[in-house]
Amino acid sequence: MKKLFFASFALIAAPLAAQNQDLGQPVPEGGEVETIEEGEGLSVNVSFEGNLDDLGIAIPGFATDANVPTPANQNGTAALGKELARVITADLKNNGLFKPTGPDALPQPGFGEITAPNFGTWSNRGAEMLVHGYVRGRSDGKLTVGCYLYDMALQSQLVREGWVVPAADWRRAAHKCADLIYSRLSGESPFFDSRIAYIAETGPKDNRSKRLAIMDSDGANHRFITTGRSTALTPRYSPDYRQLLYLSYVDGNPRIYVYDIGTGKQTLVVQNTDPTFAPRWSPDGRHVLYSMAVGGNTDIYRVSARGGRSERLTDTPGIDIGGSYSPDGRQIVFESDRSGSQQIYIMNADGSNQRRLSFFGGRAATPEWSPRGDQVAFTHIAGNFRIAVMSPAGRNLRYLTNSWQDEAPTWAPNGRIIQYFRTERGSGRTSLWQVDLTGENERRLPTPVDASDPAWGPILP
Amino acid sequence: MNTRFAAIMLLAGTASLAACQKKAPEELPPPPMDNTDTTPVTPIATGPGVGSQQHFTDAVGMSNTVIYFDTDRFNVDSEDAAKLQRQAQYFAQYPDVMFTVEGHCDERGTRDYNLALGERRANAAKNYLTSLGIPASRIRTLSYGKERPVALGSDEGSWAQNRRAATVTIN
Repeated sequence: MKKLFFASFALIAAPLAAQNQDLGQPVPEGGEVETIEEGEGLSVNVSFEGNLDDLGIAIPGFATDANVPTPANQNGTAALGKELARVITADLKNNGLFKPTGPDALPQPGFGEITAPNFGTWSNRGAEMLVHGYVRGRSDGKLTVGCYLYDMALQSQLVREGWVVPAADWRRAAHKCADLIYSRLSGESPFFDSRIAYIAETGPKDNRSKRLAIMDSDGANHRFITTGRSTALTPRYSPDYRQLLYLSYVDGNPRIYVYDIGTGKQTLVVQNTDPTFAPRWSPDGRHVLYSMAVGGNTDIYRVSARGGRSERLTDTPGIDIGGSYSPDGRQIVFESDRSGSQQIYIMNADGSNQRRLSFFGGRAATPEWSPRGDQVAFTHIAGNFRIAVMSPAGRNLRYLTNSWQDEAPTWAPNGRIIQYFRTERGSGRTSLWQVDLTGENERRLPTPVDASDPAWGPILP
Repeated sequence: MNTRFAAIMLLAGTASLAACQKKAPEELPPPPMDNTDTTPVTPIATGPGVGSQQHFTDAVGMSNTVIYFDTDRFNVDSEDAAKLQRQAQYFAQYPDVMFTVEGHCDERGTRDYNLALGERRANAAKNYLTSLGIPASRIRTLSYGKERPVALGSDEGSWAQNRRAATVTIN
């Protein structure tokens, strides 16, 4: 009888019922955001020439042409206009960008002033830049949000853009406006309009509950995907945000699943009985990297996101695990202990030309290639666990954090900020943190409970 | 009532016997596998059933159900070998019992690597057991990485207790 049980366990991949028994209510897919006005004024140079950290930006409430009811705010579009400005202000302030002043400390401009600011009203507020915007309720229930950036010294418009968003996605319009301001003033690519997948942790150190969770880049719209009945680990958003790869013990074994946002269903990435870990997407979302232990030896494999035959990329007797693609998809940085300790290696996407990158002493783990391509972030272990960056050639090591245990870096969509998680010595409590590529502006991200394994997705489609 | 009491006394005797055996010098050769006289466990209706974790623990001794590893290592040393030999005796005596070897790591490692390392440790124990004649088909391996510590401190003593492979019977 026991033999029979074990045989069925070994031969039959987890039945669908078991695969789904840890899942909560499906998370709705986000709505479409339509851009309605092309930016303009790109030929105008910003007048400000000082340090961008000192650049004052006034962000009064967004105006509305008529205060109409909207599902986005119980007090209508006028109150929503102020909320939009608050979200933009918080985006910039929390990331240490510029010197923003929000709507609660500023007068409210009228709808007619949005395209023709009354510069006299704003000139004595110590702000070099002025943000104006509007929100209009549409008859189909959607919202139109416009965002304008003015240079106070030039008294001219630097950039403008508008979006049509479903009421439920109103915060995305605010993030898009924050991205527009940030990109126009810094010359960097946007990053606010993005989401983060992570693992929410509760309970004592020897019996932690670990749930898959997602949230916007600013922590809003937080949702749990799994119920916590099974341990969930190491999520990764697909580039189109429609799927999540993650590890779950839902059938009793560590295996990676692909969870479909919207339908709320999940399937095994590979149908076999060996444990699989460390799932990763290729930049185009067409391939999945995973690591699989066969007879105790872990190697890295690649499989099409639509399934099919797996291709083994490494074949050393050591542990080869993880992997992160270069933005062009041609190379992969990964982790291996073939030398005797964890170090970072690089190979071509087909597994050829494997060579070691990290020669810094200690151990080097969890490499993540920057979306800009110019840096690799990783965990350097020499006593403490610290987040560090190096060039893709393995040079120019630079530490970004210094704490007892920081690990698992993940990049902002624009490659300027890194998030990671910190474990507290003794208690084992975990939290999400972020730091600029400069090593500045280190801060803890607010999460409802303890948190680990952050995975920052790209700019939302 | 009297029989139950007798059963408990008998089991207690077995446990202390196993404990004595654990303290034997490492140089001693392992007891022969086929000599079932060295494991005088008498199944009794009122005691834990054959193949239950309690039955296994009572038979081999709690300390013999778990082996420990050095940092980042997965080799089976002589102390581990003695424990695994004791386990192998039990599984040879009860050939219908299936079991899992759970591999674990301490908290001072990164998440993915520890999952792979736990799997490697579980397999090291499994391979040693199969070398003693226990069929691989009876042994399941399961890595928990650093997810299931038994010692909760952040110190070398706690980490040493968490770097382990624990044998658990499947009921």
